[in-house]
Amino acid sequence: MRFTRTKAAVGALALGLSLAACGSDSSSTEVEVAEDPAFDEGTTMAELSDAGSIRIGVKVDQPGIGFQEPGADAPTGFDIEIARIIAAGLGIEDDGIEWIETVSDNREPFLENDTVDIVVASYSITEERRQLVGQAGPYYVTGQQLLVREDDKETITGPEDLEGSNVCSVTGSTSLDRMVDEYGSEPVPFATYSECVEQLKNESVDAVTTDGAILLGYAAEEPDELEVVGEAFSEERYGVGYSKGDTEFCQYITDTVQAAMDDGTWAEAFEATLGESGVDTPEPPQMDPCE
Amino acid sequence: MDTLVDNRAEIWEGFRLTLWLLLTSGVLATLLGTVLGSFRVSPVPTLRWIGTSYVNVFRNTPLVIILVMSAAFWPTLGFNDVGFFGYNTFVTFAILGLGLYTAAFVCEAVRSGINSVATGQAEAARSVGMTFAQSLRLVVLPQALRAVIPPLTSIYIALAKNTSITAIVGVPEAAYVMRRLSNKFTSDVYAIFFGIAAGYVVLVLVLSVLLRLAERRLAVAR
Amino acid sequence: MTAALFDVPGPQSRRRAAIGTIVAAVLAAALVGLVGWKLYREGEFEAELWQDLGQPNIARAVWLGLVSTLSAAAVAIVLSVIFGAVLAIARLSDHRVLRIPAAIVVEFFRAVPLLLLIVFVFFGFNNLFSDYWSLVLALMLYNGSVLAEVFRAGINAVPRGQSEAAYSVGMLKSQVMSSILLPQAVAIMLPAIISQCVVVLKDTALGVIIAYGDLVFQANLIAEFVDHTIVPLALAALIFIVINYALSRLAVWLEARFARRGRTSAGAARPTDMQLAPTAGGAGD
Repeated sequence: MRFTRTKAAVGALALGLSLAACGSDSSSTEVEVAEDPAFDEGTTMAELSDAGSIRIGVKVDQPGIGFQEPGADAPTGFDIEIARIIAAGLGIEDDGIEWIETVSDNREPFLENDTVDIVVASYSITEERRQLVGQAGPYYVTGQQLLVREDDKETITGPEDLEGSNVCSVTGSTSLDRMVDEYGSEPVPFATYSECVEQLKNESVDAVTTDGAILLGYAAEEPDELEVVGEAFSEERYGVGYSKGDTEFCQYITDTVQAAMDDGTWAEAFEATLGESGVDTPEPPQMDPCE
Repeated sequence: MDTLVDNRAEIWEGFRLTLWLLLTSGVLATLLGTVLGSFRVSPVPTLRWIGTSYVNVFRNTPLVIILVMSAAFWPTLGFNDVGFFGYNTFVTFAILGLGLYTAAFVCEAVRSGINSVATGQAEAARSVGMTFAQSLRLVVLPQALRAVIPPLTSIYIALAKNTSITAIVGVPEAAYVMRRLSNKFTSDVYAIFFGIAAGYVVLVLVLSVLLRLAERRLAVAR
Repeated sequence: MTAALFDVPGPQSRRRAAIGTIVAAVLAAALVGLVGWKLYREGEFEAELWQDLGQPNIARAVWLGLVSTLSAAAVAIVLSVIFGAVLAIARLSDHRVLRIPAAIVVEFFRAVPLLLLIVFVFFGFNNLFSDYWSLVLALMLYNGSVLAEVFRAGINAVPRGQSEAAYSVGMLKSQVMSSILLPQAVAIMLPAIISQCVVVLKDTALGVIIAYGDLVFQANLIAEFVDHTIVPLALAALIFIVINYALSRLAVWLEARFARRGRTSAGAARPTDMQLAPTAGGAGD
């Protein structure tokens, strides 16, 4: 994929910007840190565990997924929770995690030149990316969906209801193209998702479209005013990025996330973050085997 | 190449919007700019100050900021569905943003045009008893027009190119079409770029030619 | 000239002018007041906003944005000057094989919107160029072409006697160009170059379309996080206004200084292409 929808929504350089009194306080789960995990000599897990620290690439500007408030030491969101789960399995406490903000374009370079150990940043799994880096997962499956005003949630239930209506997304995003080509909507391109959400609230557009996960984040901020509707009509599989070829690490990541899915921690993480939007907690996805 | 031919309807739709933006913002900018230009040369200090402040603000601010503010500002004042002639509200916001920005440049061009008219002309007008408004309207502005057209040409050309920036404030014009087609047909990026670029080159050439014709027709014998 | 449009005001005119001043001032204040009040009603100025804006992280974001903007602009200007000089020399060359392609390049890059150039450079080469370099290269191509025309006019404006003297002592054309014409042309064109700096600074804002973290981009982020658009963007605009205004005054001062010294940039800088007039501030690109 030459161009990802999330491209223009990235926080390139600013660290930790604030959201005016809107973040929820209870947006992290209790994660049990493994006491004294034992790993085979020479594996990445052993290295990280012995060091007691890990560098994780995340987004800091996507509400509900990876988002940092001012004065906060760490970002919050679903991706962050998954990352903490992975770190906990290595015996690394929250204060041993170094959060490194990434943008869509530097996720592969950061892994390739070892700026980060893993990437958990709404990172869709694609064949092209798997040529350059390893991607374990998916830990979450989403797809293109619609964000509408609360009042419209009965009348707009799917993309078919938006023929001829103004639909907003990021300039150049494939979600917008799909709405125009397949459902006859009027395109309203803006530079960022938040501008789209603002126009939605202004009633100048009828819907915002992109990955459901991103939309849920905005809906979670204002659950009484915004609603995510409709079934997903494309598929994005979010994975954990790691250095290509490190199969043992992949196996560790897959096992750890699977365990969280099995024992309810995954669901807890979802409820604390994206679940604030009011949507039901989905079933955890089936993960790919490591190559 | 085939991509361009196959999608010519969409490309044309994009340029149609570009032309509409150019036309309406151009008219708005010219009218507003001329008024502001007269403010800057008027005997009333407040008017002079308004003109100068306007120019300093709008000339030095990036158009991106003005357009983004336009899309946020008017709804705050209550106008959130002001499309006209079949175009949606975002087009109106964009026209306002482009018009207000370009007016600052038109104002300066008009002012330098007025200043280029020989002082003797204004003195002669005053000496037969014309008021400020009359001497401006009947004697100075018509002659200034000739001096003003070359800079206006650059300004309108810049405006034609600036319409592409509205692609980030909700207007699906030619630049947006280029992005869209590049995403759909990733193997034809070069053809698409040069095709749409050629469209703009043609637009710029036509504008230059038209304005040069206008200059010649309006040339006032000195 | 403006002084000739109206005589020294007599008592009646003074009264009329005074009335005009007061009426205009009242109307203007009323308009601003109305808009300001409406914005206030909508909560654009609430205390919470200023509290949030005062956070140190906001200041850091603004600083980072400013640095990104200035660094991209500075590098772009330097590259544009070099590129422009090369193109100008090519256009003045005696060899048609250099002249014609250079002319085509210049006219092409001046007619194509900068936004398209940025997008094309970024996406069209398989992500070879980072967002920073896509922006800088696109700026170089466009502003270099504009400056090429400025330089060409400038070189042509150096008094002919200079080059004639140089040829008569046996210099080659390339030596004449590099030792005699270019240095003097650059000095003449300095005000125009500074004006072009203003254009480059404003155009770095277009980097938002490829998510380059310049000042406008940061302002957008800040606007998202404090949930108010108008004030953060207005503050960013203010920063631009201050910097660009200072640069424009510098250009005007330089032009006055050169005119005093006898090097008339006026004659050179006012050819039919009004893009070059530094005091007119360009055409709006």
